[in-house]
Amino acid sequence: MTTQDFVSVNPLKMSAPLGGALFFLGIERALPVFHGSQGCTSFALVLLGRHFKESIPLQTTAMSEVTTILGGGENIQAGILKILEKASPGVIGLCSTGLTETKGEDIAGEVVLFRKKHPEHAAVPIVGVSTPDFKGSHEDGFRAAMVRTIEELVPEGGKKLKGQINVLAGSHLTVADLDYLKDLLKGFGFDPIFLPDLSRSLDGFVPDSFEPVSMGGTSLADLRRMGQSTHTLVLGESLRRAGEVLFEKCDVPYIVVNRLMGLSAFDRFLVTLRDLSDGNYPESLKRERSRLTDAMLDAHFYLGALRVAVGLEPDHLFDVGHFLLENGMDLVSRVTTTESPLLSKMPGGKAVIGDLGRLEKEALETDAKLLVTHSHGRQAAEHLGIPLFRLGFPIFDRLGATHRLSVGYRGAMETLFRLANVVWSRDPENRPDTWYSPAPSEAASTSETPVLEEGFVPVRFDG
Amino acid sequence: MGTPKVSEVFQEAACGHNQAKSEKDRKKGCTKVATPGAAAGGCAFDGAKIALQPIVDVAHLVHGPIACEGNSWDNRSALSSGARTYRTGFTTDMNEMDIVYGGEKHLFKAIRQIIERFDPPAVFLYQTCVPAIIGDDIEAVAKAATEKFGRPVIPVNAPGFVGGKNLGNKLAGEALLDHVIGTMEPEVTTSTDLNIIGEYNLSGELWQVKPLLDRLGIRISACISGDARYREVASSHRARAAMLVCSKAMINIARKMEERYGIPWFEGSFYGISDMSASLRNIAALLVSRGAPEDLAARTEALIAEEEKAAWASISRFKPALAGKRALLITGGVKSWSVVSALMEAGLVVVGTSVKKSTAEDKERIMELMGEDAHMIDTMTPREMYRMLKEAEADILMAGGRSQFVALKAKVPFLDVNQERRFAFAGYKGMETLISEIHRALTNPIFQTLREPAPWTSGCRLTPLV
Repeated sequence: MTTQDFVSVNPLKMSAPLGGALFFLGIERALPVFHGSQGCTSFALVLLGRHFKESIPLQTTAMSEVTTILGGGENIQAGILKILEKASPGVIGLCSTGLTETKGEDIAGEVVLFRKKHPEHAAVPIVGVSTPDFKGSHEDGFRAAMVRTIEELVPEGGKKLKGQINVLAGSHLTVADLDYLKDLLKGFGFDPIFLPDLSRSLDGFVPDSFEPVSMGGTSLADLRRMGQSTHTLVLGESLRRAGEVLFEKCDVPYIVVNRLMGLSAFDRFLVTLRDLSDGNYPESLKRERSRLTDAMLDAHFYLGALRVAVGLEPDHLFDVGHFLLENGMDLVSRVTTTESPLLSKMPGGKAVIGDLGRLEKEALETDAKLLVTHSHGRQAAEHLGIPLFRLGFPIFDRLGATHRLSVGYRGAMETLFRLANVVWSRDPENRPDTWYSPAPSEAASTSETPVLEEGFVPVRFDG
Repeated sequence: MGTPKVSEVFQEAACGHNQAKSEKDRKKGCTKVATPGAAAGGCAFDGAKIALQPIVDVAHLVHGPIACEGNSWDNRSALSSGARTYRTGFTTDMNEMDIVYGGEKHLFKAIRQIIERFDPPAVFLYQTCVPAIIGDDIEAVAKAATEKFGRPVIPVNAPGFVGGKNLGNKLAGEALLDHVIGTMEPEVTTSTDLNIIGEYNLSGELWQVKPLLDRLGIRISACISGDARYREVASSHRARAAMLVCSKAMINIARKMEERYGIPWFEGSFYGISDMSASLRNIAALLVSRGAPEDLAARTEALIAEEEKAAWASISRFKPALAGKRALLITGGVKSWSVVSALMEAGLVVVGTSVKKSTAEDKERIMELMGEDAHMIDTMTPREMYRMLKEAEADILMAGGRSQFVALKAKVPFLDVNQERRFAFAGYKGMETLISEIHRALTNPIFQTLREPAPWTSGCRLTPLV
């Protein structure tokens, strides 16, 4: 909300604990737990499930009115013990919520207490994160969980391993994006460690057994050797702090990469990778770049000068915004969810923190012809009578959101085609009154001529 | 087979091309035979279908194997204000048995089914090469079906192999003259009834013109064939005057309707502001000479003044952005000059215009507009076009869809001004659209981006992120 808005109309942002949960879901055998009432967990669980179309392992300390007042320490102790006994997770991610932060619960203290009381469970890491619902958005919660995980689980220093590189993957990257980047880095000769790695946990694979923890993701072993990497690629400004922590703790230098979409951005990224690596540009990229070039040409007929209103998390908005601008579109409205140094650097002008109501209002005022935001934008698009291009989180009314590629030349190409097709499918056919409104006398009598006369006798002209 | 028809339309008396020829050449007609290995463009069937398909309420049935309709249907943007029957693809989809035993019965049954299921006011039957060669007599089938079903079934005898698209246009005209025009009487007639011939309402261009005619009280009795209804075409012989739109394609309709029904006509164009105005003036003058109210001329002048003022104002808004930009115009006939004045008004420099399909008169107009050194291009190979664009001798190419990819591969903006275009460019509003589309193409940043060298080329100056 901005200063003059007292009501959030159709929220754009999701909560910080949800972002925290999303992060932990990308760690192998992790089980995120919300320290809050069961509703806090249930809403996040349902929303994550609607987006990923997967069962989401997410537990709760199930705070009640009484335990909230008297203190939730016991719920944490009991909850963690129960989870360890029943689900046997590899790691527990304990996220606070608005309720327990307001009360002033001491998560870190409770974890220490639990450790003392239950030495038999010492092998299972428990990462406590402060993710109050009332501060920031899911991008912030995601970062907080990442920072805390690095602090807790990545040991200091160690001998550097040549070619090993860390990738701190932003919450806006899809399974397809992560797969693509992984292959790309391997193509350059790197041995990448992705944190988190949703491409191996929420990619919709069908396992042989059912387990109530995340099945796949960054392994604890990989996490523990992140300090031995030569570099860290921080994919998204919001994660800069996580890169810093790794640098301070393990002396791994980091590079923040804010743009991966579109031709010029990916050119720059590749130059960076080439500089860090011993290898050369993978051959396949040359064909991909050429294809993107052609796609940009084909798509520009539909996308050139298109007025677009975009509502996304800051990192995502920054990347997507530049991509739209590169392809000749006008960013007439930029609404985002949380504070970020990127806000003032947004392509097309400063972004405002707001809701979908704000986005809808601005889109109307600026005569936007396309709305780009998550599925909740569908109402705004309907009111405005313009198409919605679904992007971000959550996308609950379309299949395959996690398998859409956006990054790289290929991702740009695919996104351009999809964008152009959305526009094209709404390309209105011209009508008799497209250019001039009908004269008053005309307007009344626009009925179709009768198609067939009765008793029609064809007469041949034979002159 | 329509051999006499073919030679007849080839020797079209009113055609400027023909008049300019010697007696001997005129006898030869326009029998330009396509060169094997170096032919481009559609066949006579294609031309006939293009010319008639915009009659929106009838069923267009193609008698032939699947290629003729299956590969071509719903490929043009001729629009309708009502009926959609014309967009349905109907074909007999002839198979081997049809070829062996003849396809006439199959065709007859197809007509019956269409009438039963779609109830159109008429069915147009298109002959194609295969049934023509095996001797299917579509005229006989049409006659029998007309009698049997009490519904006009119109044979269009223009199989692909008789010639090119333009010939097909003319043969389509002959079909209308022989079987449609004059077969019905209009419910009402007025002193300002006008036929528009050779306008197909592509992307709705007729609607950039018709509202202005409405305002002047001029009634279109039939547009042949854009957004037309069967009844309108069938009763179009009662119109007072006709305008033949910017092409030689349907000149035979204009000439023969004058001969048969005494409808005077003129040839004009709706492309370009001055041409649009000239066409409106000519329409008014012709109608007045045929008994329309005297004040029509004055009212037309007032409307022209108002519309021109608005259009020029709208176009000159783009001047700052477009001044000095160079356009290469590769299109046919009148468009080679009719849009030039609008381009020049918007500040563009026309570095070349094609005159392949233009007449001597067209060329004179080009020189009038662009001066003696106007770069008139007779033929330009795609390779030459690519070279010109690649070497930055033009900032934008305006041409037909076939040239689109030449321009794009040279990373130069392109605007489609021929028949497959998305935008309507007729009349005053059309010129405004044209200029704003040129502006949209020229200001797109991708062309700059695309010219940047790839990371692996020596010209790349990108530095790594830090």
